[in-house]
Amino acid sequence: MKLNDDIILDIRRDYVLGKLRDGERIDGRAFDEYRNIEIETGIIEKAEGSALVSIGNTQVIVGIKMQPGEPFPDTPDKGIIITNAELVPLASPTFEPGPPDENSVELARVVDRGIRESEAVDLSKLVIEEGEKVWLVFIDIHALDDDGNLMDASSLAAISALLTTIVPAERFDIGEDFPLPVRDLPVSITTQMIGTHGVVDPCKDEEYASKNFITITTDSEDNIVAIQKSGSYLMSEKMLMEIIDTSIRKAKENRKLLKEV
Amino acid sequence: MSSEEIKLIVDGKRLDGRRFEDLRPIKMKVGVLKRADGSCYLEMGKNKVVAAVFGPREVHPRHLADPTKAVVRYRYNMAPFSVEERKRPGPDRRSVEISKVSREAIEATVMKELFPRSGIDIFVEVLQADAGSRTACLNASSVALVDAGVPMKGMISSVAVAKVDDVLVVDPMKEEDNYGQADIPFAFFIRNDRIESIALLQMDGRVSRDEFVKALEMAKRGAMKIYEMQKEAIKTRYIIESGEEVNEVE
Repeated sequence: MKLNDDIILDIRRDYVLGKLRDGERIDGRAFDEYRNIEIETGIIEKAEGSALVSIGNTQVIVGIKMQPGEPFPDTPDKGIIITNAELVPLASPTFEPGPPDENSVELARVVDRGIRESEAVDLSKLVIEEGEKVWLVFIDIHALDDDGNLMDASSLAAISALLTTIVPAERFDIGEDFPLPVRDLPVSITTQMIGTHGVVDPCKDEEYASKNFITITTDSEDNIVAIQKSGSYLMSEKMLMEIIDTSIRKAKENRKLLKEV
Repeated sequence: MSSEEIKLIVDGKRLDGRRFEDLRPIKMKVGVLKRADGSCYLEMGKNKVVAAVFGPREVHPRHLADPTKAVVRYRYNMAPFSVEERKRPGPDRRSVEISKVSREAIEATVMKELFPRSGIDIFVEVLQADAGSRTACLNASSVALVDAGVPMKGMISSVAVAKVDDVLVVDPMKEEDNYGQADIPFAFFIRNDRIESIALLQMDGRVSRDEFVKALEMAKRGAMKIYEMQKEAIKTRYIIESGEEVNEVE
């Protein structure tokens, strides 16, 4: 069984690489083309905000839960964001149950960084009693189907869910419910490096061919707010700058989808 | 991140008197651990880290071995007393992520194909942390790998650039990291005394594209200075030990 799997993987890899040499991707997309993106919000009534995002066959659900809690001592006047990702076994034959491995930790932390550093959520408006009680915002990423590029699907789902979040103040007897103040739209663009090629939004078959990625997250003003180079490879400066420029351009396109949320 | 409360740049100088492109003082000592195959102690400002390399050696557990190349493992670990408030021992999410990206940077330079079925372990302990500990650890690891005699395609030299009070500064210290507007750790792959490519790149904060380009240039200049010190540290260790023989050859 193991051997067969390995052989199939090798064949797929060769196929992906062979196509790339001819300047093509296996599903016919341009190097900078995303699969079809769909965003559906408000699918979990029990959550304060939620979104299901699909990019091609990849599906990720993000739910937002909120509750009052103690602020960090160094930021008594700010709410708190806590991001977690679970790569549940239902999403892929290679995911195993158990504590989060380095891939899910990285996924959660890169999504978190985009939202945190763009200051998308106005945390100063999430104070209940300064120094004592603030709102905790839990962003939980739940992968449903991993057909590649969980990173971008997760970050799109996270910001979409935040956009539809209603702070449940009434439930905790602290005034009226209000919409979560969201003031920026961070968008992450993940590029996969295969050989000397950079392709955006890798599908799973492409991910089999190379585990080298770079994710660039930008805010609404085209500032870079988060970068993560992931994978053991060396990247030339020229390539990096090309990818940054493509990422800024693609993020603008994907951000349009968020404006409709 | 906010920079409202504390002024980090006063009269064009940083809080510790450095100019924008100055590194903190760096000290390196090679071969500080008897039992490890290679080791390096490094100070970068108040950061104090020690890196140990074991291997190439047999992999445990055995099933992790790869028949085509060596398995590289990297563990970044902070001592409980390394920071102001005691850190709970053991890996947290931050260390897991740092270990992953650091391992990947090192892996890209180690000639793994030469050692099938074996493992190369790099363990780095942060004894004291003061911003930039991941860069300090990478610099120490790279030297420790050389000390262990592990064949590498080149060296890794690492430094961060931060944006504080709207200017870019090299090798930020704690205050600049905490109250700055962005932090960009870089690690470069250096071969034949020249920076060839980028081995590690992360960022959080907010910078424009142009600022990023400038940060990259500053980081490269900083990394080259560190690279020279790494070379010097390795030479110091080996030239003293074999000094007489070298003279005889000449």
